[in-house]
Amino acid sequence: MATETAGHGVETVGQEIEAGMPQLDFSTFPNQIFWLLVALFAIYFILSRIALPRIGAVLAERQGTITNDIAAAEELKLRAVDAEKAYDKALADARTEAGRIVAATKADIQGELDNVIAKADAEIAAKSAESEKAINEIRAGAIKSVEEVATDTVAAIVVALGGQADKAAVDSAVKSRLKGDAR
Amino acid sequence: MASDGGSGLSIHPMDQFIVQPLFGDGPVGMFTITNVTLWLALSVVAVLALMVLGTRGRAVVPGRTQSVAELAYGFVYKMVEDVSGKEGLKFFPYIMTLFLFIVFANFLGLLPMSFATTSHIAVTALLAMGVFLTVTILGFVKNGSKFLGLFWVSSAPLALRPVLAIIELISYFVRPVSHSIRLAGNIMAGHAVLKVFAGFAAVGAIAPIAIFGMIGVYALELLVAFIQAYVFTILTCVYLKDALHPGH
Repeated sequence: MATETAGHGVETVGQEIEAGMPQLDFSTFPNQIFWLLVALFAIYFILSRIALPRIGAVLAERQGTITNDIAAAEELKLRAVDAEKAYDKALADARTEAGRIVAATKADIQGELDNVIAKADAEIAAKSAESEKAINEIRAGAIKSVEEVATDTVAAIVVALGGQADKAAVDSAVKSRLKGDAR
Repeated sequence: MASDGGSGLSIHPMDQFIVQPLFGDGPVGMFTITNVTLWLALSVVAVLALMVLGTRGRAVVPGRTQSVAELAYGFVYKMVEDVSGKEGLKFFPYIMTLFLFIVFANFLGLLPMSFATTSHIAVTALLAMGVFLTVTILGFVKNGSKFLGLFWVSSAPLALRPVLAIIELISYFVRPVSHSIRLAGNIMAGHAVLKVFAGFAAVGAIAPIAIFGMIGVYALELLVAFIQAYVFTILTCVYLKDALHPGH
């Protein structure tokens, strides 16, 4: 079987197969060397003219892009920090302003309140003075009435007891008694 | 690529590496369009798709393909810068070419029914010789005769220096050999092992083991495909550093 196939191979391919390694068949060397040179020059041309410059450019561009992006990010970060600072400052200013306004308003309200209270106090004082005056009048009126009633009653009692009602004496007696009571 | 038995144990692990014309039969001349041509062209197309079509948007925020292209760019750029220094960046397109070609050739070679161009000594030897000649010429142009200081280990005792110089000289000239055979050997061995497992998978009893073996080896090969490209590239950078700064 083996010899059969080998014999077949000899017919179609050549005489060197039986000799062993096709690698040592020197008759094919010129062919291989020629085509290898063609292939190598083709690859060298493709790489050196097109592929390598292109890839190099792409890599350089990527590096540039990355560097630029990092720089831009750095700048944006700085800007963000600045913005934060500005915000904080604005916030602090607003707080101060608000505090100032609150204090001013408080002072205003306090002043108004004091005015109103003072006015109310004055009114109250006037009213109470008036009332006192009225009370005094009423009291004076009452005392006078009591005097009259007392004098009349005393005169009546004196007459009833059979005495002579001396008007002047009764008056002075009632007055002196009332003074003593009033004390 | 050639007919692979089908039943029984007719395993031809090396048949996949045969260089043959794509159209018709006949001798493989220098300009014949062969399977090598096809898979080299596909590598070029893959590079074009990733590095040119993938980045055509030139987006500042990259999409998926552009991210991968940028990742590859950054990966190799940093490697050149770290290992060879700032002066080495002049050679960045050249090293990028090597890296992308090897990566794509390795991965395309892992597709079923494909042809692994980097499994061929002719291919890797040309790559390695290109690096060797570039580095040697650059070393002499840039440093003149001081480039020979690379072989004269001034930090060693004087008596040892001639011996070390011979060793350094041999190691220097072995560089392109190891550089190329490392890559071709890894890829070839991995693919041959895959083919052997595939051959065993045709036998009923051991098929499950063979298939799991294939999965394992395939995963390993994915790793190797990248690592070998990485190793080739970083060694190129190291050699370039030697040429730019020949002192030890």
